[in-house]
Amino acid sequence: MSKYTEDDLREELKTKEYEYGFYTDIDSETFPVGLNESIIRAISKKKNEPKWMTDWRLDAFKIWKKMEEPNWANVSYKKPDFQAISYYSAPNSKPKYNSLDEVDPELLDTFKKLGISLDEQKKLAGVAMDVVVDSVSVATTFKKTLLEKGIIFMSISEAIKQHPDLVKKYMGSVIPKTDNYYAALNSAVFSDGSFCYIPKGVRCPMELSTYFRINQAGTGQFERTLVIAEEGSYVSYLEGCTAPSRNENQLHAAVVELIALKDAEIKYSTVQNWYPGNDKGVGGVFNFVTKRGICEENAKISWTQVETGSAITWKYPSCILKGDNSIGEFYSIAVTNNHQQADTGTKMIHLGNNTKSTIISKGVSAGKSQNSYRGLVQVSSRAKNARNFSQCDSLLMGNKCGAHTFPYIEVKNKSAQIEHEATTSKIGEDQIFYCNQRGIETEKAIALIVNGFSKDVLNKLPMEFAVEAQKLLEISLEGSVG
Amino acid sequence: MLKIDNLHARIDGKSILNGISLDINPGEVHAIMGPNGSGKSTLASVIAGKEDYEIRQGKIIFEKEEISELSADERAHKGLFLSFQYPVEIPGVTVTNFIKTSLNESRKAKGLEEMPANKMLQLIKEKSEMLEIDRKFLSRSLNEGFSGGEKKRNEIFQMAMLEPKLAILDETDSGLDIDALKVVANGVNKLKSSENATLLITHYQRLLDYIVPDFVHVLIDGKIVKSGNKDLALDLEKNGYDWIKKEVAKQ
Repeated sequence: MSKYTEDDLREELKTKEYEYGFYTDIDSETFPVGLNESIIRAISKKKNEPKWMTDWRLDAFKIWKKMEEPNWANVSYKKPDFQAISYYSAPNSKPKYNSLDEVDPELLDTFKKLGISLDEQKKLAGVAMDVVVDSVSVATTFKKTLLEKGIIFMSISEAIKQHPDLVKKYMGSVIPKTDNYYAALNSAVFSDGSFCYIPKGVRCPMELSTYFRINQAGTGQFERTLVIAEEGSYVSYLEGCTAPSRNENQLHAAVVELIALKDAEIKYSTVQNWYPGNDKGVGGVFNFVTKRGICEENAKISWTQVETGSAITWKYPSCILKGDNSIGEFYSIAVTNNHQQADTGTKMIHLGNNTKSTIISKGVSAGKSQNSYRGLVQVSSRAKNARNFSQCDSLLMGNKCGAHTFPYIEVKNKSAQIEHEATTSKIGEDQIFYCNQRGIETEKAIALIVNGFSKDVLNKLPMEFAVEAQKLLEISLEGSVG
Repeated sequence: MLKIDNLHARIDGKSILNGISLDINPGEVHAIMGPNGSGKSTLASVIAGKEDYEIRQGKIIFEKEEISELSADERAHKGLFLSFQYPVEIPGVTVTNFIKTSLNESRKAKGLEEMPANKMLQLIKEKSEMLEIDRKFLSRSLNEGFSGGEKKRNEIFQMAMLEPKLAILDETDSGLDIDALKVVANGVNKLKSSENATLLITHYQRLLDYIVPDFVHVLIDGKIVKSGNKDLALDLEKNGYDWIKKEVAKQ
């Protein structure tokens, strides 16, 4: 019998093209490459922003110019030339549409290929979508239903105009312009993003969802998301991303800020499958994202992420547990294949008393990829009875990939209880043979084993997202390793 | 049903099976006995299609078809089942999910639709009751933290679900206390029919008190050196393998 080896599997995987590797030819307006004050002014003008916003951006740009790109992460890549990127690209078909009929048919086609036709989405389980294609919000649905509850869900550009007080108060309050190199860059050039505000005591009746997609060649995508949950409110927010395949490395530097006020709860789920580059490690998205939330008293923030894409991932969704009894959670699955590199994890900053955090991180590495978990658990001297539980599991396929764990624990209060568990395992040939013997072919067996491995995290995703995530795991590991 | 003809197999250049011939017909129960290292488990693995082994010579014919070129999953689809001596753990995958996937993959290979969920549940209920399996057991991760008895019972449960034509039970009795052994043997007996066949691989005669074989074969150094009926197993129990070894040496 012909022996189906790990090499065969690896070979098969290499030829597995990126499923979403198509490019939509939408008439779009792209700015000349480069970054300087006049480009920033132009972006701001293009978006009809008020002066305070323009100044905010310029201030961020000044800060950014003095900063250096960080290189402490366990990833290696050629630093992007920030002067060779176009900082704004918007589909030309403006103004906004009142109905889907008015939307560029090619764009609708793109959505169909992504399997998220708005039409369908509208009917599906009450998901309101704010679709961001190349940085500008194209369509927002369900706005009316939300408005009745007083929920504001719109593009950040609109919010700057319509709700300047809220934006001024909260933007940059969790992630200041000075926070890090990419956050500063984002603050200067952010193109669009989503804004969400849940009023006091309101439970958002549907999952709010955005879909990001990078379309234009050589454009960076700088999303800015701001979610504010007032006292006693609840919201579940979904974010999905895809990018068509391209040879240049595309830059994505998003900023997401979550504010959970007293007794509020925010669930933020991400499924990320940006183009990971080809099997030679050419192309792919550089994903440098800053995500952070702040919890006031009794508030809770849960980050759930499924990361299967990007050539480079640099991302640490974090929680500042400021209020007493507040809770932070981080559930993550990161899958890397071929030449992908991921350095991802979380920071849990315990400031209040009786604060609790849970970290569950699952890393799956295949091909020649490198997958690192980097997490910080910090307990301040004032935080009494802080508790953390961390679990980091790695699953390896083949012997050319790497899994790394960098847990940092800084505790300044004796009453803290910190637990950390870590495991590393390999998909065994005996596991594959066992499945084979029960009639399950190798690819399916790997999908089954990986799904089992990731179950604790998949279970945290909203239903419709969990199904999609499961499929994604299967696609990204199709025929990976035996 | 199964016809093995002069089978030679090796692993890492070491010859383990040295010319095995065996005929199994529907409705029959065969037992293969032999001392440690005689090649019993290798024979089971080679029939099931484990790729670590290289077939040097001979044929494996299952249901009139030469199967030695087929992959393990293809053989499984044809109705071949191996109950493992050491069933593996698959964390996070429940027994139910696993058997559902297994059954549907086999159906898919035969060009059948997936089994509807309600039918699947009914089948699971029926088979687990037959084998006296606690339903809670079905939502646990496959073999994770299972006792020896639970692991073996789970193997027989899967066998009951898949209804294979030929079931090979590799050391199913090892690690079982007498009560667990009875339950497992009872399950195997219930599943026997004139359409299917069973190949037992065992060290000890003990299992054969509960599952009575039609034929007993003695395997030594990768060869079947003696075949007989169930009395042969009793002989072995009483006198060990040495007398057979001597007999073989004389020939």
